[in-house]
Amino acid sequence: MKTLIALVAGLLFGIGLALSGMASPDRVIGFLDLTGGTWDPRLALVMGAGLLVAAPFFWLADRRGTALCGDALTSPASAGVDRRLLGGAAIFGIGWGLVGVCPGPALIDLFAQPLQAAPFVAALIAGLLLSRKD
Amino acid sequence: MLDLLPADYLPPLIGGALIGLAAGLLRFGTGQIAGISGVLRIAMRGPERGWRFAFLAGLLIAGAGAAWRSGPQLAAGLERVPLPMLLVGGLLVGLGTGIGNGCTSGHGICGLARLSKRSMAAVAVFMLAAFVTVWLRRMGGVL
Repeated sequence: MKTLIALVAGLLFGIGLALSGMASPDRVIGFLDLTGGTWDPRLALVMGAGLLVAAPFFWLADRRGTALCGDALTSPASAGVDRRLLGGAAIFGIGWGLVGVCPGPALIDLFAQPLQAAPFVAALIAGLLLSRKD
Repeated sequence: MLDLLPADYLPPLIGGALIGLAAGLLRFGTGQIAGISGVLRIAMRGPERGWRFAFLAGLLIAGAGAAWRSGPQLAAGLERVPLPMLLVGGLLVGLGTGIGNGCTSGHGICGLARLSKRSMAAVAVFMLAAFVTVWLRRMGGVL
């Protein structure tokens, strides 16, 4: 059941990303470019709608205590706000600003523009693997 | 150019809602966090790869379907990015999300949805860094 839920979630996530327009670097840079004269607020709509829909599920999962499939709820790192978190976020933000592509859209773009997306994804995976020893 | 008519803002709202639904479903159903960078990293080298492969397979199937419908336009703008920039950008995104433990989905959607202070800080920092990077590039090609 866990695998099936994950597959459906992946499908919905991908359809949502494609529909949202966020697979396009033009759209993302249009949001990040505050001084270009044609600011495009739509990325904020995507984030806002995503948060509003996701939040009740997260709240319900916490209330229930365990996941539907019986597993415990994973609790991401509880290290507090440290230099690793902030430094990593800053490096990510620079890369995101340079190309206008973050990890989800990169995978979607593999099919729309394979020759451009493949080197990005290869470098992304190399970075992920280099980022930690474990 | 951009009129905020329903034709312009409905797809982002519906798309965003679907992303939120997917993240919520994964959390409620399996207890896991739908953060693409984390799922991808652990799928490469880590424990419990089964559901991660399934999630990524779903994402890739959706991507293939969307590209089949929309063509290269789906990734509009990517065609203008030179290869060195693709490599440097991809490496920075991979390193940064690996070190910082999340990206736009893990921190931006899941982390904020569970009101994580770490994610609030991470989102503030990566948004600021991205705004500044785009601004510097506009200010005469510094980067």
